[in-house]
Amino acid sequence: MKRLDDRGRIDHDHSFEFTYDGRTLTAHPGDTLASALLANGVDVIGTSVLMSRPRGVVTDNVTDPHALAQVGTGAVTEPLMRMNEVEVFAGFEAEGRLHQGLLPTERESTRFEKRFAHCDVLVVGAGPAGLSAALVAADAGARVILVDSQAHLGGALLGSEKLIDNQPAMRWVVDVEARLRANPDVTILTRTTAFNNGDQGAVALMERVTEHLPESEREGRAVRRMWQVRTHELVVATGATERPLVFADNDRPGVMLAAGVRGFLHRFGLVPEKLVVFTACDDAYRTAIDLAGAGVAVEMIVDVRKDPQGSLIKRARELGIEIRDNAAVIGTDGDADGVLTAVRVTSLDGGVPEAIACDCLAVSGGWDPLFDLHLHVSGGSRWNRKLVGFVPDGSLPGIRVTGSAAGIFGTAGCRRDGHVVGLVAAEATGHGTTADGPVAPEGHDANEGPTADFVDVPGTERIHAFVDQHRDVALAGVDRALGSGIHHVEHVKRYTLVGTGTEQGRTAKVNAGRLTARHFGLDFAEVGISNARPLAQPMTFGSLAGRSLGVRFDPVRTTSIHPWHVAHGAIFEDVGQWKRPWFFPQGSEDMDAAVLRECAAVREGVGMMDASTLGKIDVKGKDAGEFLDRLYTGVMSSLKPGRARYGVMCKADGMVMDDGVVLRLADDHFMATTTTGGAAGVLDWMEDFLQTEWPDLDVWLTSVTEQWATVAVVGPKAREVMAVLAPELDVTQDAFKFMQLEDAVVAGIESRVARISFSGELAFEINVPMTYGLALWEAVYAAGQPFGITPYGTESMHVLRAEKGYFIVGQETDGTVTPLDLGLDWMIADKEFVGRRSLRRSDMLRDDRKQLVGILPVDPKDRLPEGAQLIDSAEYEIPVPMIGHVTSSYESSAMGRTFGLALVRGGRNRIGETIYAPLADRTVAVEIVDPVIFDQEGARRDG
Amino acid sequence: MFEIRCPYCGPRDEPEFKYGGQAHVAYPADPEVLSDEEWARFLFVRDNSRGRYAERWNHAAGCRRWFNVIRDTGTHELVGSYRVGEQPADAR
Repeated sequence: MKRLDDRGRIDHDHSFEFTYDGRTLTAHPGDTLASALLANGVDVIGTSVLMSRPRGVVTDNVTDPHALAQVGTGAVTEPLMRMNEVEVFAGFEAEGRLHQGLLPTERESTRFEKRFAHCDVLVVGAGPAGLSAALVAADAGARVILVDSQAHLGGALLGSEKLIDNQPAMRWVVDVEARLRANPDVTILTRTTAFNNGDQGAVALMERVTEHLPESEREGRAVRRMWQVRTHELVVATGATERPLVFADNDRPGVMLAAGVRGFLHRFGLVPEKLVVFTACDDAYRTAIDLAGAGVAVEMIVDVRKDPQGSLIKRARELGIEIRDNAAVIGTDGDADGVLTAVRVTSLDGGVPEAIACDCLAVSGGWDPLFDLHLHVSGGSRWNRKLVGFVPDGSLPGIRVTGSAAGIFGTAGCRRDGHVVGLVAAEATGHGTTADGPVAPEGHDANEGPTADFVDVPGTERIHAFVDQHRDVALAGVDRALGSGIHHVEHVKRYTLVGTGTEQGRTAKVNAGRLTARHFGLDFAEVGISNARPLAQPMTFGSLAGRSLGVRFDPVRTTSIHPWHVAHGAIFEDVGQWKRPWFFPQGSEDMDAAVLRECAAVREGVGMMDASTLGKIDVKGKDAGEFLDRLYTGVMSSLKPGRARYGVMCKADGMVMDDGVVLRLADDHFMATTTTGGAAGVLDWMEDFLQTEWPDLDVWLTSVTEQWATVAVVGPKAREVMAVLAPELDVTQDAFKFMQLEDAVVAGIESRVARISFSGELAFEINVPMTYGLALWEAVYAAGQPFGITPYGTESMHVLRAEKGYFIVGQETDGTVTPLDLGLDWMIADKEFVGRRSLRRSDMLRDDRKQLVGILPVDPKDRLPEGAQLIDSAEYEIPVPMIGHVTSSYESSAMGRTFGLALVRGGRNRIGETIYAPLADRTVAVEIVDPVIFDQEGARRDG
Repeated sequence: MFEIRCPYCGPRDEPEFKYGGQAHVAYPADPEVLSDEEWARFLFVRDNSRGRYAERWNHAAGCRRWFNVIRDTGTHELVGSYRVGEQPADAR
């Protein structure tokens, strides 16, 4: 196309260079990538996905089926950016990748951000309807947010020569914008796309903040900002989109949508040499009239309708433009690059096609109202035969569709409708009244004739007559789908991929639906089109994630002792949001070597572990004991102050939910510990029962997980270390028994010491206020040096407890395991508790339930992978019945061999039997043993 | 994203809340007298109806109180909220 210096809304006086596919091109401020490419004669912007056909820019908005480019390079590259939305600047770089993009090579967290906003009325679309609605709502006193995806307000008026009140329409737009900007309760967001409508007015917007600026002018601001707006009233004024007609070679560069051609003239001063218009509606005549007015040779208007009437047709005739009615473009011709050189025009009554030379064919098959934001929340749509388009059906609370989005075409009609909708929306939020509001604007729209219900040109060649240019689906492809017996539009869509492109098939879906309906002789109103689901426009993951990347994706919780772990080379494991030391390698140790050393130290000397992450719930009130009795399988109310008891709790279905030790601090005061990952869930669970089932109980629950730091001193020499640390505390067996609590001064810190063991060894858990955690840890480490005290992590903890047959929630249990399956019959007290009834459901009484057992590989060096399936026989053919699986598997330093825990069908009655783990490279024989493999008599607990 | 009215705090965005399933399904007073079928019905069977539905929500990232909401499962309209101990008719 060629640039007219006196047309368009760009800055003709300045220009700059940018790069496309490695070529250096020139553009003006205000150009989009699409307009800049057309101005530089880049007719072929790339090739199509399946057939590798040359393709060009089709229209001036985001519905273009293939004006999609790779923008930027390396770490900041982004795929499938819409050329009509992307504004170019000096140094801008893009590549013509119309269908398959490249992902950025690095994650960054500074380019995108998010914010929240609230308003009374959110108006999406700043054309005549949206501007009118925003203005009256703001004047009535409502807080208004007005958004538009383009760089300037005006909507379709930007691409027209229409008049409002006998003035150029843009003067009215400028006036309205000035009045809105003067109102402090109005926020105007340009370059902003409303892409999702959730429930109760939760609308997501994406604002292109500095995307259109060179890096040097971004000044550290975000490239894009996602807004999550909560609005009382949503006004959908998103306009309409033009659809093409289907004929052979309708995908040639140079074949465009009629309003797009007009838009490129008015917005960017771009015109072809010779134009032909091919239309099924009156609106395309505006393109012929406007371009003729700009000096373009309009060779012909080809209209599928017989003898069309109306003011626009009359005006075109007055300009001397040849109108061929009852006619169609049946094919196109091109040059060596495939670019349009001529169209072949034929009468719909038959006859020999006539070639008309042109470099641009402006096509219009009619208009489709755009109201995705209404459809996102299950709003309906219906086919309007008169408009030949879908319009919103029914109304939803708080959502009002207006203007051409509602099927109201014509500037005056849109202004009037927007005015009324704006008043109603403002009134609904308590601002102004519709009864004595301002009077709707006057004005008349051109008298337009009906749009023809016309999709494809009869007799046209079908292999290259495209229904969906993005997906390269032609009439022949639709024929094949329909001929194969498919008869639902959703199936046609999936079989052919019509309408599934990244531009969301805006130009294809309605035509595909109409072809389907016609094939089966059905009424299109009944057939409908495939669903419009969110998002209304694709968004990159980066801009949705904002800054929530890496460490900001999820909170990281660390204990007060964490810096010591880091300084001493701990390798960490994520447990929920906590970072826990996994193991502490020394020198060149690998994990296995470190864990063997740590375990040996605990069994033979003394180890220490940071147990601060264990969940801790403070349970207070005169009914605290009764409350805990109702939740744990065991009895807690009989505990004496200063004593502790291990407990398990079930879900109502009887499955193990969590476990931990409950400490009784006073008659009305307990502290329940939970697993590290289960703490929040257990507190929620307790709160639920307390608030909804037993509100009469006098109980108060408080999370104190982060108020306490806990250091476990574990091993045969633990008593000696404690004697050094707390000389005033009597740690002898008679004075300080297993499951006993003592308040004591440890290393000069007021502490609560408990004899609790998760390893079977003599152990003291020292609890101090969280801020003293590091000081305590360092003191324990120093006091333990003469005894070779060894810090250990979660992996060693897991090995040590597995040797004792102690299960871990989430490792041995998976929501299908009851306390009975774990062999905890002794913990089921004779009283009611949540889930108890489930334990005697018939399924729970089956004797082939999976039960917890120990396993010893016959080869003591063979360590099974956790999760390995277990079967009955070494010789097997697939499929083979699985009788269980390995839940834990380790190498034991104490036993000098490998071992594991497993859930095996009827396992407790099979102790001594050999079963098999079929692995990819070998089958391992394992002996079923009691789950308590080490120290079965429990002799080590008291040191 | 719903906007849910917490009866104690007022309207807040959905991410502050935790869902708790159908409301007014009390834990049986004496589970031991129930047959397996009756118990299973309590454990596993909930209404899945179109239209107005009473359900439990917890303002987990707020006041941490449980309350009930009437939601239209066909339209996602949140008709109203009410406190534990109140009846659906009290929803507002």
